[in-house]
Amino acid sequence: MHNSIYDKRVRISDNVIRVLIYLSAFVSVAILVGIIGLVVIKGAPHLSWQLISTVSSSAKNTFGILGNIVNTLYIIVITLLIVTPLGVGGAVYLNEYAKGGKLVRAIEFTIETLSGIPSIIFGLFGMVFFGTVLKLGFSILTGALTLALMVLPIITSSTQVALKSVPESYRAGATGMGATKWYMIRTIILPSAMPGIITGIILGIGRIIGESAALLFTAGSSYYLVNDFFGHIFKPGGTLTIQLYLSMTKARYDQAFAVALVLIILVFVLNRITHIIANRMNKEKG
Amino acid sequence: MENTKIKVEHLNLYYGQNHALKDVTMDIYENKVTAFIGPSGCGKSTFLKTLNRMNDLIENVKIDGLVELDDENIYDKKVDTTLLRKKVGMVFQQPNPFPMSIYDNVAYGPRLHGIKDKKRLDEIVTNSLKGAALYDEVKDDLKKSALSLSGGQQQRLCIARALAVEPEVILMDEPTSALDPISTLKIEDLMEDLKKKYTVIIVTHNMQQATRIADYTAFFLVGEMVEYGKTRDLFATPQDKRTEDYITGRFG
Repeated sequence: MHNSIYDKRVRISDNVIRVLIYLSAFVSVAILVGIIGLVVIKGAPHLSWQLISTVSSSAKNTFGILGNIVNTLYIIVITLLIVTPLGVGGAVYLNEYAKGGKLVRAIEFTIETLSGIPSIIFGLFGMVFFGTVLKLGFSILTGALTLALMVLPIITSSTQVALKSVPESYRAGATGMGATKWYMIRTIILPSAMPGIITGIILGIGRIIGESAALLFTAGSSYYLVNDFFGHIFKPGGTLTIQLYLSMTKARYDQAFAVALVLIILVFVLNRITHIIANRMNKEKG
Repeated sequence: MENTKIKVEHLNLYYGQNHALKDVTMDIYENKVTAFIGPSGCGKSTFLKTLNRMNDLIENVKIDGLVELDDENIYDKKVDTTLLRKKVGMVFQQPNPFPMSIYDNVAYGPRLHGIKDKKRLDEIVTNSLKGAALYDEVKDDLKKSALSLSGGQQQRLCIARALAVEPEVILMDEPTSALDPISTLKIEDLMEDLKKKYTVIIVTHNMQQATRIADYTAFFLVGEMVEYGKTRDLFATPQDKRTEDYITGRFG
């Protein structure tokens, strides 16, 4: 008499779990596809060359968002220029220089808290501090400074994670060669942490593009094009999300979905570009 | 007649409450290979690291006593650790090439010390790789990532990286313990050449390795240097009972 190795039991719990797991995966994908699908279906008919290459004109009664696209790019670039050195520098300090203790815990706690504050409060602060106290008014710069505060925790924490994952043996090797701390950080630690820093920047870009509440109070909603490249940052400028919000309040859902579609495309393009830059940097590293 | 390169007198080291090195006194001789042997945790690696102040990185370390390199106290306040570590290079237990090309790994030290001239760097890289017996294996592709090399090649690359700054002393912390027998043999062969130009100090837990490569051997046990002498003598006629017990395999 042999015992059969064929399984006759039906493993109910295994099957139930499997169905649930497949279901949740399916739902997650379906939601994403649903949102993008809706935006594409509703937005695509209103997408036109005129929309993305002109600014709105009441004389011609046309709607165009070139000004908003330019403002969005401006805000992204300026915010990143402000926040990247700050966030990376802060993370390097916390991870490489500070030796634990109360100060470090206080800084880390502050940064964590910063990431939990609703964006409209940042807007309020930015308007009062950068706008009024520093006299920058409603401007792209005021908006970018405000967003920099919001994005700071993202950049700092992802940089810290990246720095912590740099193998200890690299540090020992560089120190053993006689490298000073800063030389080691510049030549070994930061290059090794670069993929993590890039991830933080991508997340930061997402936060910047998606933000509207904090910008409404600080950068305003202007959609004009300005010729003066640098002077532009001292002028008000509404981003795509602001325009989307304005179109919604006017119940112009056709415009709103067209803007939404442009936004999604922009997010996709910027992510691709950042990935390409990151890959190129990795290749150079050898 | 041997010339003393490093002079250690009454060196004590504490990790917090733990007395990790106890009153170590010894002279290390120029152009010789000196091996530190002893069971795990005996302080041999800790002692090695005091010789180029790698212990500075660890918190709660307290050191007293004297370590002189060419009659200069390496723990003097005036010492620039960059210059000290240029003179006293180090190779670690785990091969730790940097995540960059073979060339850039070897050029790291010279660049750190201010050499920018491309021709000069090329020359240093070639000579250092030859000095570490790696050149023939990698000469066709110096731009290749160092991380793509085998473990044994990586360790020889680390030796080349250490040689590139023209040190006078090379510290090796169990440099072959993570390697296969063939790579180990290559590195042991290299020692013969290295000691012509450098003073080599190697930590090893492999007693056969010490007898094969070292001119002098020191035996450590729980933070104490029990015995030190010519390798031949130490293994043939140990003076201390504990040394004898260890080398005959009674413990450790």
